Amino acid sequence: MDTLLNSPMIKKMSSLHVVIAILFISTLYVTVCNLFFAEGSALHVSDYTVSLLGKYLCYALLALAVDLVWGYCGILSLGHGAFFALGGYAMGMYLMRQIGDRGVYGNPELPDFMVFLNWTEIPWYWAGSDNALVMILLVFAGPGLLAYIFGTLAFRSRVSGVYLSIMTQAMTYALLLSFFRNEMGFGGNNGLTDFKELFGFSLQSPTTKLALFVATAVVLAIGYGISHFIVNSKMGRVVTAIRDSESRVRFVGYKPEHYKVWIFVVSAMLAGVAGALYVPQVGIINPGEFSPLNSIEIVIWVAIGGRGTLYGALVGAIVVSYAKTRFTAIMPEAWLFGLGGLFVLVTLLLPKGLAGLVTNLMDKLDPPSQGKQSDIENTPPVAENK
Amino acid sequence: MLRLFPFLFFFVLSLPVFAAEDDVQGESELISLVGQLPSTKLNKLSSLIEQIADTSAPQVRAILEPLMAGDLYYLKANKQVVSVSEDTNNQYQLIDVLSNEALPTVSKSAIKKVRTNNRLRGQIRDLLANLDLTSDQVDVRISALKLLLDKPNKAAITAVNKLIKTEQDSEARDLMSAILLVEQLENGNDAEKLSAAKQLSNRLEPSVKNALVSQLQKIPGSQQGGSLKAELSNAIDDIEQQISVFKLVENLFFGLSLGSVLLLAAIGLAITFGVMGVINMAHGEMMMLGAYTTYVIQQTFPSLIEYSLLMAVPAAFLVSGFVGILIERGVIRFLKGRPLETLLATFGISLILQQLVRTVFSPLNRQVEAPLWMSGSLEINPVLSITYNRLYIIIFSLMVFFSLLMILKRSSLGLHVRAVSQNRDMARALSVKSSWVDAITFGLGSGIAGVAGVALSQLTNVGPNLGQAYIIDSFLVVVFGGVGNLWGTLVAAMTMGTFNKILEPSMGPVLANIIVLVSLVLFIQKRPKGLFPQKGRAAE
Repeated sequence: MDTLLNSPMIKKMSSLHVVIAILFISTLYVTVCNLFFAEGSALHVSDYTVSLLGKYLCYALLALAVDLVWGYCGILSLGHGAFFALGGYAMGMYLMRQIGDRGVYGNPELPDFMVFLNWTEIPWYWAGSDNALVMILLVFAGPGLLAYIFGTLAFRSRVSGVYLSIMTQAMTYALLLSFFRNEMGFGGNNGLTDFKELFGFSLQSPTTKLALFVATAVVLAIGYGISHFIVNSKMGRVVTAIRDSESRVRFVGYKPEHYKVWIFVVSAMLAGVAGALYVPQVGIINPGEFSPLNSIEIVIWVAIGGRGTLYGALVGAIVVSYAKTRFTAIMPEAWLFGLGGLFVLVTLLLPKGLAGLVTNLMDKLDPPSQGKQSDIENTPPVAENK
Repeated sequence: MLRLFPFLFFFVLSLPVFAAEDDVQGESELISLVGQLPSTKLNKLSSLIEQIADTSAPQVRAILEPLMAGDLYYLKANKQVVSVSEDTNNQYQLIDVLSNEALPTVSKSAIKKVRTNNRLRGQIRDLLANLDLTSDQVDVRISALKLLLDKPNKAAITAVNKLIKTEQDSEARDLMSAILLVEQLENGNDAEKLSAAKQLSNRLEPSVKNALVSQLQKIPGSQQGGSLKAELSNAIDDIEQQISVFKLVENLFFGLSLGSVLLLAAIGLAITFGVMGVINMAHGEMMMLGAYTTYVIQQTFPSLIEYSLLMAVPAAFLVSGFVGILIERGVIRFLKGRPLETLLATFGISLILQQLVRTVFSPLNRQVEAPLWMSGSLEINPVLSITYNRLYIIIFSLMVFFSLLMILKRSSLGLHVRAVSQNRDMARALSVKSSWVDAITFGLGSGIAGVAGVALSQLTNVGPNLGQAYIIDSFLVVVFGGVGNLWGTLVAAMTMGTFNKILEPSMGPVLANIIVLVSLVLFIQKRPKGLFPQKGRAAE
């Protein structure tokens, strides 16, 4: 790994190219191994692994969204799970409507849970949710709108730092409670499940699973490209400046709240898309996704990977999720010890995360005299908002 | 023969007692009546029971109650009437119903049951109720009267009619007049009904209201403008109005009790977060540790449940305080001035503590017992009663609040804490050991969380997730009240609790909770520094 990172070819490329290249290669590898190697072959990648990897990529996209607001704008959101879940619910409802009359109650119009709760018609906010375009719009609009309202209110009155974090946590907690209510038309505590097909393709078939995995990888690549573009644009520099010193940015003549709302909305939409891709792959969405613990777990992915680096978020999400899958299978008791310990150790010993470790290594191998030019990504946050 | 000996011994011992009580007319009569019990046929039993009740001797209850429950027996050998207090392995523990003395245990074959049937049991129940009406103890009389008001019976009402003239206790007299008025309302003529309805309009008992409503329904709809009808609906309206006032008072009380729970949960945080500025996400777990300390103490001293809470308070303070100091020394002091990192690290600690408790005590909820003095309730009137545990928790939370206030305002530790929180460098220059003060302050805040956990163990399930449920609320309370302001925390907690409980009846607990959360979030948008913001340079 060291020699690979040290090779001159890698150094010339920006992190964008590296990430997209790695994503492309690994997706290709998984696809080929899944399709062309028979079961039992050493190179075979099982369908289960494919959907597991698809899940990890959704998490990676979600982590990317959090890194965008936390790593670059200093907004520690403890409620990004809410945006993720909202996107998931939009997709989930679309999938519910696709079931049609094949549900347990056989009602062609209403999903099972609504029949069960004696609803007679689809509530207004779900109007058109059986249309794929409306669904895609909802995936963006739902989280985006919530983020816009919340962000406008919070940033305009200059709520920041820890207060903001606690408020985002309260937001997702309130949503958790609301989505548990049967009266809300979101399926209550059972959530939405029992999906049959997406765009006419059965969700049970291995090909659909593979296609979803590839789609997630593509979306992740696009999301990464967009984020990379944003943070390197002029606007991204203002956003980074806000992270480092909000009042100074204000005194220079910018309106930090506009930039903050903007980046918050973009990030929420990314999270929503991640949720929408996640739901068909795991086959269920329920209010548990809103739980504050989930949102905090996202933050730890980013912290472990290294915030303010984009690629760190991807690495963190995938590494921690993989560790979680392994640990919860081998010794479920130890997982929370491990996760908790990670929180403490990373904040104490690795404030820049794994990405920081990598840059340190590279600096050591390659003295900083040569310098790195496009490196705002790696600049540690100078000062936190109080 | 050996087994008979103690029996004889008791018999001899009880002889003089019998002799002394023979003087009382009723006693001797009772003894002869009781003596007839074993030999009386079932169809003659009714009048015999009546006669027994009429003697109004103190032992009547001890005879009739077991008779009703089917626990009254007589010894085959000498026809002595006894009640069975306990049977284990066919060994019956007997009590002589007349002398109330324990007799040696016998096997089943030595005794025979005095038989009854349903009709007789009904009769006995009424007789016992009437017996209570003439009891010496006021509260027995009152509870009998309350029962009578709910289930009126003719004989008892006639008795009440007589008793009301001699009754001394005002509450009992009040109940008696209510019973008579309800009777009058149901069976009197129109004029009597009218006056009864008028006088009943200040009663809160549900059965009074039911009687009024059923009277109102009996009046045919076609009958126009009857003054009785107007009076009845007036009375019902009056009662309903009073009930709604008391319901409001009850909700306010519930609100205050919820508020004091919030206060307890938030008050430690008001120290660590409010005064020190440390975001301690493991605060809820400090409460959890306190609750588990209570559990451990109850398990260690199972015979001292009554005192367990008193022991648990200092113990929980020490346990949580100690863990708090460990956390401060081990983690938080390295993260000074980095609030977001502190948040993450302490969150990690909270996960570890939860898992620790899960591993040590099992993931299931543990049962913490309530001492006797915590249970029961104070009944103020038929629609308003206040449970003692809620009352004690309100008092307890205020005690904790004021002692903390005293520590911060009056002790030298408090002075140092405030000095360090206002200007660390200056305090250090004046030889305050700031790192020591940090550790002690954090320990204090955590210890108080532990004490809150003792109180919470009486209200909610003690499980690994106990702390999580309160952490968001506690932060909101502190932020709402204004960081660094203890009085603000008090006001905020009580406001949140009351608001929540007032909304609850009309929209259910979940929605009320959501509305409180949302309105708090909106409030913080409006006034980011809370209800009582700190002023001056210390606030910056």
